[in-house]
Amino acid sequence: MSATGALIDGTVLLAENNILLSPEFASRVQFGWTITVHILFAALSIGLAPYIVYFTWKDVRSDDPAYARLREFWINVFAVGFVMGTVTGIPMSFQFGTNFPRFAEVSGELIGGPLAFEAKMAFFLEAVFLGILLFGRERVSDRTYVLSSILTGVGAWLSGFWILVVNAWMQTPRGFELVRRNGMEIARLTDPVAAFFTPRMPWMYVHMMNASVIAVTLVVAGIAAYFVWRKRDSEAWNTALRMAVVVLLITAPLQALHGDAYGRHVADTQPQKFAAMEAHYETGQADLHLIAIPRSLDALTDPRTDTLFTISLPGLGSFLASGGDFSAEVVGLHEYDENPPVALVFWSFRLMVGLGFLFVGLALWGGNRLRKGRLSDSGRYLRAMMLSSPLGYVALLTGWYVTEIGRQPWVVQDVLKTSDAVSRSLTATAATGTLVAFVLLYLALLAAFGAVLKWLIEGELERMGVRTVDDTSRPRLPWVSGDD
Amino acid sequence: MTELLPVDRYLVDSLPTIWFGVVVFSLAMYVALDGLDFGIGMLYATRDEHERETLLSAFGPIWDANEVWLVAFGTTLLAAFPPIYARLLSGHYLLSIAIVMGLLVRGVAPELREQRDDPDWRRRCDRLFVFGSTVTPLLLGVLVGSWAFGTPTLSAPSLLTGVGLVALCVTSGAAFVAAKTSGSLADAMVRYGTTATVVYLVGVVALLAVAALANPSNVRALLLSAPALGAVLATVSFAGAGLAAARLGRHRLWFGTAFGLSFALVGLVAALLYPRVHPASGLTVDAAVVSPLALNLTTVLGLPVLALVLWYFKFLYGTFAGPVDGANA
Repeated sequence: MSATGALIDGTVLLAENNILLSPEFASRVQFGWTITVHILFAALSIGLAPYIVYFTWKDVRSDDPAYARLREFWINVFAVGFVMGTVTGIPMSFQFGTNFPRFAEVSGELIGGPLAFEAKMAFFLEAVFLGILLFGRERVSDRTYVLSSILTGVGAWLSGFWILVVNAWMQTPRGFELVRRNGMEIARLTDPVAAFFTPRMPWMYVHMMNASVIAVTLVVAGIAAYFVWRKRDSEAWNTALRMAVVVLLITAPLQALHGDAYGRHVADTQPQKFAAMEAHYETGQADLHLIAIPRSLDALTDPRTDTLFTISLPGLGSFLASGGDFSAEVVGLHEYDENPPVALVFWSFRLMVGLGFLFVGLALWGGNRLRKGRLSDSGRYLRAMMLSSPLGYVALLTGWYVTEIGRQPWVVQDVLKTSDAVSRSLTATAATGTLVAFVLLYLALLAAFGAVLKWLIEGELERMGVRTVDDTSRPRLPWVSGDD
Repeated sequence: MTELLPVDRYLVDSLPTIWFGVVVFSLAMYVALDGLDFGIGMLYATRDEHERETLLSAFGPIWDANEVWLVAFGTTLLAAFPPIYARLLSGHYLLSIAIVMGLLVRGVAPELREQRDDPDWRRRCDRLFVFGSTVTPLLLGVLVGSWAFGTPTLSAPSLLTGVGLVALCVTSGAAFVAAKTSGSLADAMVRYGTTATVVYLVGVVALLAVAALANPSNVRALLLSAPALGAVLATVSFAGAGLAAARLGRHRLWFGTAFGLSFALVGLVAALLYPRVHPASGLTVDAAVVSPLALNLTTVLGLPVLALVLWYFKFLYGTFAGPVDGANA
């Protein structure tokens, strides 16, 4: 099997002219890319919201200038992130119509309601009260101002709820029957409770919300660690760092434990995805690969037990999937006609789990230092937190890839294939063209967000008095200078 | 919940029509509210640095919430009439993608502008802001025109709708800014807004003439129906009242008439789309609507929230009522 063939089993890659991408493949990559960027900002809103509420509340309640600083800095980040979340969110639901119209038409009764509720119940709430939060400090009372921060946060978390209602339904669809309408077999809603609260819904909601909090907490911790490293006695940023470590102590172990049970649920409800996560091809006893190292380039794109150097626990895959039986039979990928791109799912899963354990380690390390009251003394810990700050997002994205790519070839599990959902009128030229445009536009957007974050950090350094406007002598990064 | 909601009949017989109305209402709110944002974005090109800051102060707190009406429109259409959503967007692929990209540029540019005190940077962001604010309503108008008349993207009715929407947005934006400022800025808004209203009226007349002559998707009969004629009459009345209010310095009233103009335009579109809600394929409201249980559920959960949303907007606009911060500085 060729390298590309293994990555995208069953999907026609190129259009007939062999230059442009096929409409189906271009649509899939486009949706994957646009959701990858959108999810960064969506998770930022969800994860940062509790911090914003806390800082706003403390700022209004106490005269402590540290909280005023923290509120101002993070509301700025939140505001820019929210705008980017809005403008990258609109293309998501649009693409259900433009690129996957058959998905919209077949599952409209099931996904349309939740998406409409998301807009009406959550999105409006968030957008309206963020306007108050950003521009209304002098125009509303303290109480209304704090309430606006809470409502903005509630909007973000409610938004996640309805989106995950839709996504969980795509994983474990319930509460519908297939009927013919307008010459097409469509899903008709029969039981709203079953359709909204599918078996996957609670798993997904807890895992995704917690992942967002962890991702943002690591960003908060990394930035706070940087400021503390630049100015050890900064009251505001020591406070932020302590807070982040405490939040991580709760959320990181919870995510690891929850993820373990979630895996068992996936094995029950989506055995094909579970097999792809472990690259388990032959039906029979499944091992759990604790560590897998590719022995060749082929193993990267087509992971098999004989091409990987693995440290495995024999039978533990079976044990997890069956809930206690080491020799239970786990269905292998060879049993299916079409499989998801196994390599992407297998490696994404390994990366996510490995990072999850790293976060638990960072939390325990920080907790221990916090207990001794020496959190900011250690240059090594500050460095570790700075280096780890983007890793929560890496874990969140790879987890999302496992969920969404692992569901392929289905867009709605066992109901509608992705290849059948793609627009019939879409040309390779149009699909490839918009993909290129989205890639360029979103790269520019990410660069702009990175630049804004950099300017905000520079502004804060100036305010802290550790950097002047004309300061041209750039400080060396801490892992270069080594100041233990 | 299935015991509480009828499964095989709509809560009221006219529920599909009511939801057609909710879809239309959401689109009208979007055109009226984000229309004023687009208008501000276009008028922005004509202002100096100080007045640009004033325009951004008016724009800042409200645009994001206004833009959500587009999402409300899209998701309501999907929830009530999935085949229309699918056909409309997949049938206008490049146009739809270009609209979301235009919205992206329009939304991000002013946010980025404020992050850096560098004239070059600001000039670049300003250009993008004006570009996004101009192109998006133009393309949106073309999309709505193609939808309502069942015509291709590049056709006279579609393009005229696009140009008309741009003029309407300038009218809304000018009236809004005039109501929130005073002095030379407000005077300039009256000049631009008056011109835009006249351009809009000419555009609507041209559109109606072209549509009646070319008669795409047999719209001539619909154009002569009472609802369509009512929408045209409302357009002329609101435009006339708006011109008078602008001249008399009654700027809040003027903004009210601009709001009415937006609703009249979308009302005209609705008159063309009912009951044949997708003229290009001939699909009707009754053929496209979801099953009773799904629509009943969306009604029970969605309609009360829509009322709440309207209250949010009252609160938001109330909070930022009166002169813009720094307008008289």
